[in-house]
Amino acid sequence: MSDHAVMMASRRGPLHGLSLPKGTDFSLSEAPHAARFILRGDGASVAAFGPAAPKPLQGSAAGTRTALWLGPYEFLLLAPEEDATTVEAGLKATLPAGTSSLVDISHRQIGLVLEGRLAARCLSAGCPLDLALAAFPVGMATRTIYLKTEIVLWRQAETRFHVEVWRSFAPYLVGHLADALAGTNGL
Amino acid sequence: MLLIRCPYCEMERPELEFRYGGEAHVARPLDPMATSDDEWADYLYFRSNPRGLHAERWRHINGCGRFFNAIRDTVSDKIVVTYKAGEARPATTGEIA
Repeated sequence: MSDHAVMMASRRGPLHGLSLPKGTDFSLSEAPHAARFILRGDGASVAAFGPAAPKPLQGSAAGTRTALWLGPYEFLLLAPEEDATTVEAGLKATLPAGTSSLVDISHRQIGLVLEGRLAARCLSAGCPLDLALAAFPVGMATRTIYLKTEIVLWRQAETRFHVEVWRSFAPYLVGHLADALAGTNGL
Repeated sequence: MLLIRCPYCEMERPELEFRYGGEAHVARPLDPMATSDDEWADYLYFRSNPRGLHAERWRHINGCGRFFNAIRDTVSDKIVVTYKAGEARPATTGEIA
């Protein structure tokens, strides 16, 4: 076995060794590894990636690829890990030079999936946004904060959220979510 | 918690997502070499610091990331109106609330 293979075999994610809540009311799991890009540019540029340009504060998906609106002219692109090279090559060919940028941030952050009827309540323990279904409907996506860490929050269903967090902040976030769950007393 | 309307997200967002960015509409002299020391010092260091309505820059740093302007009453801390960067200061009454 080469040195490289040994190194890859012992690669550990930031949540290694942590126990994640796994209940029917609230379960927390790490999303599969993904290719992530920040696209700065016009919304029309997203078309070469796959999904239609997302509306403000919305996500837009097509097949396995998702584009989330982060701000005017700023989008977070998510794709399966193995698509990284094709996404980069495809967008590079179509992006207008000088007015846009594409940055690979695949390893900067990880994805978390929060599921269950207490998911919104656990998030509300640290996120100051109103997460009631009327105020934060299914499909809404935004960058926000959870206590002291920045997150990208995307509501995929009424009781399912996808959260992107910088990898070094992930244990902090997971710890506080587990703490919030304990504080709900299952109510 | 104070809610601030972000003119780019077009919704009210919690103040924790924002950072203050100093007084708005402070224009850098077009030709710094031609300004006197007093004019340059005035641009660099002196701000209006009014009692009442104050136009200031804010950044939605943990949201859409954009700078925008807000008119805030420095007495009551109430934000009267927010508007996009680059837009002219909207007409507001200059009275102290």
